[in-house]
Amino acid sequence: MIDVVYFAWVRERIGLPRESVETSAATVADLVAELRAREDRYDMAFTDLSALRVAVDQELTDFDAPLAGVREVAFFPPMTGG
Amino acid sequence: MTVRLQEAAFDAGAELNAFTAAQSNAGAVVSFSGIVRNSARGDLVAMEIEHYPAMTGSAIEAMIETARGRFALGDALVIHRHGRLAPAEPIMMVATASRHRADAFAAAEFLMDYLKSRAPFWKKEVTASGAQWVAPRDADEKALTRW
Repeated sequence: MIDVVYFAWVRERIGLPRESVETSAATVADLVAELRAREDRYDMAFTDLSALRVAVDQELTDFDAPLAGVREVAFFPPMTGG
Repeated sequence: MTVRLQEAAFDAGAELNAFTAAQSNAGAVVSFSGIVRNSARGDLVAMEIEHYPAMTGSAIEAMIETARGRFALGDALVIHRHGRLAPAEPIMMVATASRHRADAFAAAEFLMDYLKSRAPFWKKEVTASGAQWVAPRDADEKALTRW
């Protein structure tokens, strides 16, 4: 099980802030493909990966990052702090 | 180093005075404070700031550690708010202290550039006509390349 968390418009588009996902995805990209196959709202949220950022266990990373041993994956738009 | 994430407003002047008073080995203190800018039409009702509580603090601490490796940075303070803010309220501040001013200026700019694009915050502008997530500016991403 991996906790998947969503922020900002990704959270709004998918309609929930967090969920536990039973997955054997090897990489973040594989997890995205699994989520997109679920329902339109996921498919729409992940249509343009260049508009998304990902953190694995609270560290920014890339979509080809491996998921072995990972507990939490977060998807969100580019950050707008400061 | 001090990193504070909070919903409550803060007094940037008082924070700067306290930070300055706590320095025993510095010759320069630089600070920046960000405030909620009104919309172009002047109809901003609120700025809503969301963040990633499990990541934000550690991400900012890591930025400060990186700044320490690049500049002769003695101490740093970062305060960043989240939640619902009104126009002209303080959003965040950065203060840096070093022996000489060049390092304090550079470290403050470095931290600001990274906070903009690499700290997990997302701003949403609420106006009379609706709410909209703030889009990142290309210039903010480009600013990172100078470091």
